[in-house]
Amino acid sequence: MVSLLDIIGPVMVGPSSSHTAGACRLGLLARNLVGGTPEKARIELHGSFARTGEGHGTDKAIAGGLMGFRPDDERLRDALEIAEREGLDYAFEKTTIADDAHPNTARITLERGERQAVMTGSSLGAGRILVTEINDYSVEVSGGYHTIVLIAEDVKGSVAAIATILAEHGINIANLRLTRKARGGDAFMVIEVDDVPGEGVRDEIRALPWVRWAFRLDKVSA
Amino acid sequence: MYRALAEAIRDAEQQGISLARLALETEARDQGRPVEEIRGALQRALDVMRGAVEQGMTGELRSASGLVGGDAAKLRTGPAGPLAGTLFRDVLARALAVQEVNAAMGVIVAAPTAGGAGVLPAVLTGLAQARAIPDDAVVDALAVAGLIGAVIAERASLSGAEGGCQAETGAAAAMAAGAATEMLGGSPGQVGHATALAMQGTLGLVCDPLGGLVELPCVFRNATGSAIALTGIELAIAGVEFAIPVDEVIDVMGQIGAEMDVRYRETAGGGLAATPTGRRLAHERLVQLRRR
Repeated sequence: MVSLLDIIGPVMVGPSSSHTAGACRLGLLARNLVGGTPEKARIELHGSFARTGEGHGTDKAIAGGLMGFRPDDERLRDALEIAEREGLDYAFEKTTIADDAHPNTARITLERGERQAVMTGSSLGAGRILVTEINDYSVEVSGGYHTIVLIAEDVKGSVAAIATILAEHGINIANLRLTRKARGGDAFMVIEVDDVPGEGVRDEIRALPWVRWAFRLDKVSA
Repeated sequence: MYRALAEAIRDAEQQGISLARLALETEARDQGRPVEEIRGALQRALDVMRGAVEQGMTGELRSASGLVGGDAAKLRTGPAGPLAGTLFRDVLARALAVQEVNAAMGVIVAAPTAGGAGVLPAVLTGLAQARAIPDDAVVDALAVAGLIGAVIAERASLSGAEGGCQAETGAAAAMAAGAATEMLGGSPGQVGHATALAMQGTLGLVCDPLGGLVELPCVFRNATGSAIALTGIELAIAGVEFAIPVDEVIDVMGQIGAEMDVRYRETAGGGLAATPTGRRLAHERLVQLRRR
């Protein structure tokens, strides 16, 4: 459903809702995968992101997002200088990610301490984004909700166990998707929730013996 | 939100309320948020719009590529033509100002998009200042603009890549025309005619920015879009009616966009972007950007 505030908004640093605001949101989501501002970032830009990204500040927007700047933060304009100062070692590359990839797609590879992550996402227009891959797993994350993503062994009752933890913390589930590569293989769960999940929730989910890893992704869109 | 402006106009007339109130109450119901919270968000948007107008008027900003900037200030201080001292000239300056801020990575409100972000602030804040209209009424007008934009999003498109510039500055002009018409006391029916009258003036408009950058001609399209919005307002308030219903005008905008060659949909493959000078400028500026 179209909302008035999607039309009169977002408040953003220009010049392009897709190449700047959406790109920033991809960076914001990616930083969650390493628990904060990364030390090292390799960003591969595809399609229109590669062709017109510099003129639209796509590089600044993604770097700014990785440092936690939101789309309306004026520091985005100087994000590359700030990144150098703050010790974010970044590198941008132009590439073809896939022939059928969305024209505004980026693959972001991050390192922070012992943690590493790879995320692929696209900017769909009007600032909307879609993350399509995390650490080689196909996902669909819009950033429109607080989201918990996790990889678990394919055991019976896994959904019920996680739903119970969320309910105990008073967190309401908006959407839940479960995918797996093969029967008995790892299951990938994307849970979009209405309330902010605290670190306690994440830690309880991580403590389940069959959960391999779990992340909290912040809501980055209105 | 509504999928047809005709339905919204009918409901407002039957309930004897403004389109602004109808839009705010519908949004509150759709999103499960109180009206005051939505008005608060729109007030913040209005504050950002005013800030962008002010910043752009200083004339100190340049875009990343250097292709645009400094023209809003010329309208404020440069020699005057036939529009000397008029609201019309002030609105043109405001539209350039906001879009110059956008091109320079300043803060704007995408309304409906970043590329068309100059039209609504130009028309609404220009009129509000000239007629001493209070913020509450301008916030109401933004709600009407949002209603019109939502209908365009449902029936046609708000993306230059999908529908050409008619879907960005054209949509912005239609939204501004309808919104300002109610702000100036027009009836819901007149809002519909103002919206249709503005949109008919941008049908077929292509999206052809140099190098694919939201700069040239985007900055100037926001000025001409504002002029078209003012035309729609003036005609509708004078009692002029447009014979094709507004929802049909919106539908045909979507159809024209869908049939538009991909060269004219934000790919820099046609239009001004593909002129000899357009190609040369884009090449030079992009090479410069890459060297920096």
